Amino acid sequence: MTLLDWLIALPALGALVVPMMSLPTENQKLVRYFGIAISLAELGMAIGMAIVFKLHTSSYQFVTKVHWIGAFGIAWYLGADGISLVLVLLTAVLFAIAMFAMKGVKDYRAYVGWMLLLEAACMGSFTALDLFLFFVFFELTLVPSYFLISDFGLGASGRAAIKFFVYTFAGSALLLIGIVSLVFIHDHQTGHLTFSLPALMHTKLPKDTAILLFLAFAAAFAVKTPIFPFHTWSPDTYRAAPIPAVVILAGVMAKLGAYGLIRFDLELFPATSRELAWLMLTLGVVGILYGAIVAAGERDLGRMVAYSSLSHMGFIVLGIFAFSTEGLSGSTLQMVNHGIYTAAIFLLLGMIYERRGTLDMNKLGGLQKKAPIFAAVFILVVMGMIGLPGLNGFVGEFLILLGTFITHRWWAVVAVLGVVLSAVYLLWAYQRVFHGVAKDERSFRDLAPREALLLLPLVAIIVFLGIYPIPLLSRINPTTSAIVHHVKTAPALTNSSVSSAVASITTGGAK
Amino acid sequence: MVVLGLVVGFPLLGFLLLLAFGRRMGDPGAGWFGTIAVASSFVAAVGTWIFLLTKHGSSRTQVLHLFTWFQAGGFRVNISFRADPLSVVMILFVTGVATLIHLYSIGYMKRDARFHQFFVYLNLFVFSMLVLVTANNLPLTFLGWEGVGACSYWLISFWFERPTAASAGKKAFIINRIGDMGFMLGTFLVFMQLHSVSYSKILPGAHQLSTGTAEAIALLFFLAAAGKSAQLPLFTWLLDAMEGPTPVSALIHAATMVTAGVYLMARLSPILALAHAASMTIAIIGVITAFVAAMAATAQTDIKKIVAFSTVSQLGYMMLGIGTGAYVAAIFLMVTHAFYKALIFLSSGSVIHSLDNEQSIRKMGALAKLMPITAWTMIIAWLSIAGVPPFSGFFSKGSILEDAFGRNELLWVVGVVTALLTAYYMGRLVFVVFYGKARWQEVTHGHDPHESPRIMTIPLIVLAIAAATAGLLNLPYSGLRFLHDWLAPVFGSSLVSYHLSSAEKVLLPATDAVVALLGVLFAWRLWRNHSQRRELEPAVLFRGWYIDTLYDKTFARGGTALAKFTDHVIDPTVIDGAVGGVAWLFRWVGGLGKKVQSGLVRSYLLIMVAGIVVVVVYVLVSAAR
Repeated sequence: MTLLDWLIALPALGALVVPMMSLPTENQKLVRYFGIAISLAELGMAIGMAIVFKLHTSSYQFVTKVHWIGAFGIAWYLGADGISLVLVLLTAVLFAIAMFAMKGVKDYRAYVGWMLLLEAACMGSFTALDLFLFFVFFELTLVPSYFLISDFGLGASGRAAIKFFVYTFAGSALLLIGIVSLVFIHDHQTGHLTFSLPALMHTKLPKDTAILLFLAFAAAFAVKTPIFPFHTWSPDTYRAAPIPAVVILAGVMAKLGAYGLIRFDLELFPATSRELAWLMLTLGVVGILYGAIVAAGERDLGRMVAYSSLSHMGFIVLGIFAFSTEGLSGSTLQMVNHGIYTAAIFLLLGMIYERRGTLDMNKLGGLQKKAPIFAAVFILVVMGMIGLPGLNGFVGEFLILLGTFITHRWWAVVAVLGVVLSAVYLLWAYQRVFHGVAKDERSFRDLAPREALLLLPLVAIIVFLGIYPIPLLSRINPTTSAIVHHVKTAPALTNSSVSSAVASITTGGAK
Repeated sequence: MVVLGLVVGFPLLGFLLLLAFGRRMGDPGAGWFGTIAVASSFVAAVGTWIFLLTKHGSSRTQVLHLFTWFQAGGFRVNISFRADPLSVVMILFVTGVATLIHLYSIGYMKRDARFHQFFVYLNLFVFSMLVLVTANNLPLTFLGWEGVGACSYWLISFWFERPTAASAGKKAFIINRIGDMGFMLGTFLVFMQLHSVSYSKILPGAHQLSTGTAEAIALLFFLAAAGKSAQLPLFTWLLDAMEGPTPVSALIHAATMVTAGVYLMARLSPILALAHAASMTIAIIGVITAFVAAMAATAQTDIKKIVAFSTVSQLGYMMLGIGTGAYVAAIFLMVTHAFYKALIFLSSGSVIHSLDNEQSIRKMGALAKLMPITAWTMIIAWLSIAGVPPFSGFFSKGSILEDAFGRNELLWVVGVVTALLTAYYMGRLVFVVFYGKARWQEVTHGHDPHESPRIMTIPLIVLAIAAATAGLLNLPYSGLRFLHDWLAPVFGSSLVSYHLSSAEKVLLPATDAVVALLGVLFAWRLWRNHSQRRELEPAVLFRGWYIDTLYDKTFARGGTALAKFTDHVIDPTVIDGAVGGVAWLFRWVGGLGKKVQSGLVRSYLLIMVAGIVVVVVYVLVSAAR
């Protein structure tokens, strides 16, 4: 077994063990320590992977391939390139933080169990090279997140959980149809039934079929990311889910969508990606501006950050469909950056909620005077989100805009407005919550040591990646330049009528 | 070149140590520590200067390369710093003025609850400013550029309990961000055309640019410069920035940060020299800004607002110099302005300090006898900014106007009228604040204002000497044009070429001198015995031509309304509704008709998990075999 197998197996086994731990209630904390121990082991493995990872190559590393359901050509096929690697790292870091952030939970067993299962599913999604296997992991993330939201969430979490489920599930249904159709077409062409990504990359598709398949894949990923206009589940969900779960939802799972776009839409349908770049770029740019405008109108900090996420994910989509190494590397790096600062900001919001029981900006105010260190950490994270050079958000955003400017100038010119807007809504929110004089006499405790320790690694990463992102970029760049090359050099597809495209799907690729 | 690293490194170290131990150092320990950090940087800057003096020709440009910042595809940007004649001039006056203002702040900020934090921000600011002027590539310059912007945000809203201060900080940052779009797009365009963002490559390679591209790049960077250097139409934030403590106004919003836009344009002069239309645009915007702001300054009643409008006006002059190709003159004015404007702010601060934070000139008067050092230094600053010979402004503003005359007489006319206004509004300030009747009794509750402590007056005296004599840096006689000769390697190829007749060479400075004295005379006639003249302070000027009001009514309110409408109406009904409607349609078509029940979802999911668990166990078993 390679490191990748263990990366998935360890939390999966943990998730199996946890329900069997029958402990008296006063020892429930042991379950939490168990969860922390596993997540730290995962982090250790991820860092180990990053260290032994070979630079200067774009091929998959740590590959493991076991035939699984032979009759259908399904394999346990894992591998990591630079993009997978940095997302595995991000996942490992954020799960460790989320495990530490858990507290005051009634049923630790269920909580830790679901979190571990979620970690296994995320790790699997980022490394699966078999489309069926990917689909299983991708879907599997839904289950624990649903239960984490509905059973441990705040307020109207039941409704939010269902909305989350319905949206993402609808997308997944299209993804399944897309995968099965593609595999059938490939089987028909070659007589070789397989779900392997590298094999399916050579499927020859008529143009219209390719467009439909591209959209089927993209729909699932657009919901998960989220991309405008499939985002309306996210504010409700982010607002209702418990904080450690939001850290994962916004920090890690949102990246599944963007990752899927790169790994499957770009790699399987390179020519179609070129063809439909205008659509995805436009949705990205609209998302950037729309998310920022709505965020400026929000009174609730949690919902504001959700819309800010929509805006920032728009940048990532932009970089993916710019088809330049600068843009794609920027997007990949920005996935990590966004995960880190989003996790930090949600942890901070959780601490405000704990102290005040509200995230309504109009009911807060004057907190900087009461808790200067809290305010200092908060503004640092906010500046990271705004994209202040020297902090992590800048490098990704800059590369994305530069990469887009080189290939699709006018989209970059419009998107750069997002740089102004993010300063508008974030600084306005900061002013309402932290500046001015407090509206009431209640004290507001400054950061406790436990809270500071939770935030410290994230803040350190925000600063470090702002000044020295090279360790990540040197691992990302070979992969992104290979993918950009693949997309740019793929031969253009020939036309065929829509009816034959539909027929080719329904009959399994009759052409 | 390690010495250049020290210039940047000392304030960084000061910032980090103050961040960690500032609270323990306390008042005034943290202040002294911060001052020493910046003073050490000044010493290192002098060292850098001497180092360059020992070199000749092209080896006067030295690069200190540290490491690669980030890289992707064909794009690479380094953390590397540049010492050349231009950056040395910048680091010398930035660290010099910053040291004096740090010293002054120890007195001014005494007993402030967040004393140590003030110096944390101040050291971070100096660090960012030094990165800005010594960076050897556009993105690193941008790091300094945004860094000073962030420090400006924190320092303007330093007294954040005041809603006006909090709003002013935010406004400054946001308006600067509008300009920053230009910086980013300009950088992208440079990279696309020249395949590099390093000054070592793009400045010598600028001639490869087509005229159209050069014009576009110049205008994009001018957008950035207009934000940072408070030019029309982006100048409004600088007035609100006066909410910050007065030493901040002196350091950031007069002497250093606001001149960063001028520095940027001078740095990119090889590109600008190709862009004639853009240059003329910059000159016109500059001279209009200078005039509009000087008019507004004549009607202000808040002492800091007068000085703020004056700063906008002086920055307009510098841009006029940039636009007419008079880069040396622009830098010369920048340096002398740093001295006299920092001095004006610090003297104003001294007055404000002694009057328990009163800023209205209506409540001042007759302070010359009580605060002699403050009054005399202010008068020297006034004569310098007015351009009375032989004070420094006479030479620096004179060389801007002379070059403007060589380029276009109309620019010169507006510039000269503005010079008259400058001498007048500063004279008004001096007479109303320091002479006439004492009107401060109710502010001070009976006790007399007194001169500020020595820690505040020493910087005033040093700056006054500098303001009076800085003209020596670049006298208009061959052999004595020190600054011109020093900067020749940077601007050499792009210097303006025009010929003035010998009569013009005499008449132009003579006009400047006469205009300056006329302004002084008018101020004396009109304001020696008055503190209020409604006919000379019309509302339109008092309200700054209503430009800020206009922005507030259109962009700020319109934007807020749009955001609220999108959030309350469009997103929940139109977008969510559309997606929900499609889902409903599918259910209806499918004849399901049923709502998805929570119980249904749960059982479905649990079955799914059970199935997956079985599969995973199967996989593990088969993998282990």
